[in-house]
Amino acid sequence: MTPLHAKLMRDLWRIKAQAAAIMVVIAIGVGLQIMMTGFVSSLTLTRDAYYERHQLADIFAPVVRAPNYVESRLADIPGIRTVETRLNSMASAKVDTREFSISMQVLSLPLHGRRHLNEVRLTQGRMPDAQRPDEILLLESFATAHGIAPGAQLEVTLHGVRRWYSVVGTAQSPEFIYFAAPGEFIPDDARFGVIWMGRPALAAALDLEGAFNEALVSLLRGANKDAVLDQIDQVLDPFGAPGAFGLEDFQSDRFLSEEISGLEVTSSTVPPVFMMVAAFLLYIVTSRMITAEREEIGLVRAFGYSKREVASHYLELALFIAVTGAALGCLLGVLLGRAMVPVYTTYYKLPFLLFRLEFASFASGLLLSITVATLGGIWALRGIFRLTPAQAMRPPTPPDFSHSFSFKKGVFARLDQPTRMVLRRLMRQPWRMLGAVIGIASGMALSLAMLIIYDGFDVAIDRTFNVVDRSDATVSFVQNVPMRTIYDLQGMEGISHAEPVRFVPVVFRNGLRTYKGSITGLSQAPILHRALDKGLQPIALPERGIVLSTPLADELDVAVGDTLMLEIREGRQQTVMTQVAGIAESLLGAPAYMDLAALGRQVGEPNRFSAAYIAMRDGAQSKVYADLKDMPAVAGISLRSEAEEAFQKVMDEGAGSARFIMGAMAFAITFGIVYNVARVAQDESARDLASLRVLGFRHSEAAFVLLGELAVVVLLALPLGLWMGTGLSHLIAQGFSTDLYQIPVIFAPKAYGSSISVVVCAAVVSGWLVQRRIRSTDITLALKTRE
Amino acid sequence: MTSVHDTDHAFKVQGLTKTYGEGHSAVHALRGADLEIGDGEIVVLLGASGSGKSTLLNILGGLDRATSGSVQFRDQDLTQMSDRALTNYRRRHVGFVFQFYNLMPSLTARENVELVTEIAENPITAERALELVGLTKRIDHFPAQLSGGEQQRVAIARAVAKQPDVLFCDEPTGALDSTTGRAVLRVIQDVNEALGTTVLLITHAAATAAMADRVIHFADGQIQKVELNKNRLSAEEIHW
Ligand SMILES: Nc1ncnc2c1ncn2[C@@H]1O[C@H](COP(=O)(O)OP(=O)(O)OP(=O)(O)O)[C@@H](O)[C@H]1O
Ligand SMILES: [Mg+2]
Repeated sequence: MTPLHAKLMRDLWRIKAQAAAIMVVIAIGVGLQIMMTGFVSSLTLTRDAYYERHQLADIFAPVVRAPNYVESRLADIPGIRTVETRLNSMASAKVDTREFSISMQVLSLPLHGRRHLNEVRLTQGRMPDAQRPDEILLLESFATAHGIAPGAQLEVTLHGVRRWYSVVGTAQSPEFIYFAAPGEFIPDDARFGVIWMGRPALAAALDLEGAFNEALVSLLRGANKDAVLDQIDQVLDPFGAPGAFGLEDFQSDRFLSEEISGLEVTSSTVPPVFMMVAAFLLYIVTSRMITAEREEIGLVRAFGYSKREVASHYLELALFIAVTGAALGCLLGVLLGRAMVPVYTTYYKLPFLLFRLEFASFASGLLLSITVATLGGIWALRGIFRLTPAQAMRPPTPPDFSHSFSFKKGVFARLDQPTRMVLRRLMRQPWRMLGAVIGIASGMALSLAMLIIYDGFDVAIDRTFNVVDRSDATVSFVQNVPMRTIYDLQGMEGISHAEPVRFVPVVFRNGLRTYKGSITGLSQAPILHRALDKGLQPIALPERGIVLSTPLADELDVAVGDTLMLEIREGRQQTVMTQVAGIAESLLGAPAYMDLAALGRQVGEPNRFSAAYIAMRDGAQSKVYADLKDMPAVAGISLRSEAEEAFQKVMDEGAGSARFIMGAMAFAITFGIVYNVARVAQDESARDLASLRVLGFRHSEAAFVLLGELAVVVLLALPLGLWMGTGLSHLIAQGFSTDLYQIPVIFAPKAYGSSISVVVCAAVVSGWLVQRRIRSTDITLALKTRE
Repeated sequence: MTSVHDTDHAFKVQGLTKTYGEGHSAVHALRGADLEIGDGEIVVLLGASGSGKSTLLNILGGLDRATSGSVQFRDQDLTQMSDRALTNYRRRHVGFVFQFYNLMPSLTARENVELVTEIAENPITAERALELVGLTKRIDHFPAQLSGGEQQRVAIARAVAKQPDVLFCDEPTGALDSTTGRAVLRVIQDVNEALGTTVLLITHAAATAAMADRVIHFADGQIQKVELNKNRLSAEEIHW
């Protein structure tokens, strides 16, 4: 080992705690980056492979009833590669684990021997026999949630006919990677079921023999999707088609795509902040070390070492820290990624998910840390290389304090010497102090942003389930029911209040911007489910016009007073123009609200509704269930508490759990920065402190000089950190928010308080650690040598 | 005893000046020095504190740049050299003992010497060099664990270990008692005799001049007087 390497090792050992802190910061930045980019690519690749292998359709075209010969007319449309038709219907199934029937989607299986779209992936059992009308396949997650295995019998009510089917297998499908019960956003395996059965049997049950009610289309490469959609609509229009739509409007694909793009955004905002903090720390440490070793650098240069040799010595130190940190980060990223795979596969029903290490992302993280380390070192060395060896070797002239603040007058005259030393040191080197302040503030900003985001999640849940929707359950009907039904509900003993609601599928258009969604029709002055404005005050729905939620208004780029085109996909299928009458806050989904009566008139089917929000009396749940079961029109009931629990679960253990990891890391980093700042201050003042001790100052008085400085720096960092953290939280919230759900950034005193305590705690612990170091340094040693 | 080796000069200095700082706070450390130093000579520089001795040594050693004038080393002009060439000059030809020892605090005595032998062309081992200055027992100690005199001897070992063409010593015996001091001077003399190393030595002990071929008296940044000593004494014969 060469002497310079020996020096390198000893230097590293001397600054081990600082070096470790920086390595941790780098490791976290690189680790998060690797985890997130890894998931972006794993999810993308897995999704694409899955879609490809199972031939997921590009276009879905529902229709009321179209004769089979229409299929060949669709196939003639230029740009279409394959057309396949199927039957798609709703049914309800009775399972032992539930009091109430669960609504199920029923799909026909294609005939054998044909190349087909939306192929299912059999996970257990076998495919149903085309000749056996009672054999069905069940969605795997549903079967698992209810403990149904192949061989079991399932009681299904299909088209008003109740009968037993035998489950011969379970399956997954690329159509149902992510799914939620109708009108909900959070997956709940137990409440979303799909049944596949032979087409003849389903056709017979639905009275759709010789016909289809859904066409699946795959496109040729380079086909014009919009043109094809238009032509499909033209062909199917006579048969009552609400309009074909592309895969991107399909629930499962939308959720998965949103997840991926959310991850992309987060991976491009959060890890870079970590890396910047790491870069900053690395710069502080290398430049401080280089400045402190000015005389040694001069000496080594005097011996004839070249600038390159000297530079590489210090760069090796920085690089060692950077590369070790990045390597640890790589490991961390892969471990985290692997650990997160089951979390993803719980919510995204993929046949497999392999965590991929994105080499490019590792390389870029490594490169960034190396560049930063190199530039920081070179910057600090530049100044010293400008000196001749003789100049560099002269001990630096003591800093000139003559121009700093005069303490002769006023209050300052009454300060004791240690206090003056603190103030002089700070004012003498304002840049160094500023650096420390910014460093601590950025660590704090990271913690604060994480805390604000957590609060945002909680607020999102609370607003959605306790403020916007205050009902206990939603009753859905098989078809739209007349208004008097609401009185039937209100008349039930266990129900204290019932409110009608109507969901109408619609395509919103503003110029080129379109959004496929639905309109929620609410009664006047509702109590249970309301449209709320920014101040959470209920919005009175006008007789004319529509109230859009913020994400929807953003998506369509409209404001109050603008005109909007609505293509109603129900009833008379009209296209109408309407005015935006208001903007409502919404955190879940992108709803649009209209007055129930006005909506009925628009659709041409007034005085009807499709579901009801109900409030139940305490302990009346089973009574209400029993009563509702007797109402033939009722399709199902979903409890708000179940939905809320499902949401909370996603936030706590699902994809949302990444936030806990990030939060823990943000705290670790904050501590690392504060400790570094304290250590640097201690190193720089070691001689002063030893001199004080030699002059007879007590240990506590000497420590005061150092800790006083740290305290001032921390106090200055706190407001800056609060400001930066708030800004960062907006950035991250924007990254997380989609038109499916929004993370609000709210004023969160608790988050502010916690982040302040994190910094203060870190400062107290770091202060304690460095003062212990001061105590243990031999004062003569400190005077004799530099460090 | 060898006398002045030959007429070949190691250094030829003409009109050398060095000014630190500017304006009225400027310090004229050298005010036009002219001198010639023969190859293989031992030269002793005498002069009051602040007279510019270290400054001259630093410039001759390629550690600092002159304000004006020229310094010939053999057939090269140091004042015209690029930084890189000057680094090379120090690396290939120069050994230095600094007035303030300047050891690396994070390296042991041995490693401090190795720092130089590492990049030298024809060095002796660090162990041997430390043995010459009588520090075999202290070989693995850090500077902070050594006394001032011991540190100074490490600095001397470091300079001679390289077996340099030119050896600059800035008060090499300042912190030593006379016995140890004589031993150190012996080492320097040996290097000079065995390898023909040119030695420039600054000292406040006028008696040391007796071992020199040439004695240069310095005052106020100028050379006052140069004495040639035809018959230099060995280190052991010097008393102070
Ligand atoms: N970097 C510098 N900046 C300003 N003045 C300097 C610098 N280096 C030396 N001087 C001044 O130049 C003059 C000559 O200094 P030099 O170190 O050469 O003296 P010296 O003869 O070696 O003295 P001593 O015997 O005390 O070591 C002194 O007045 C000194 O104060
Ligand atoms: Mg001197």
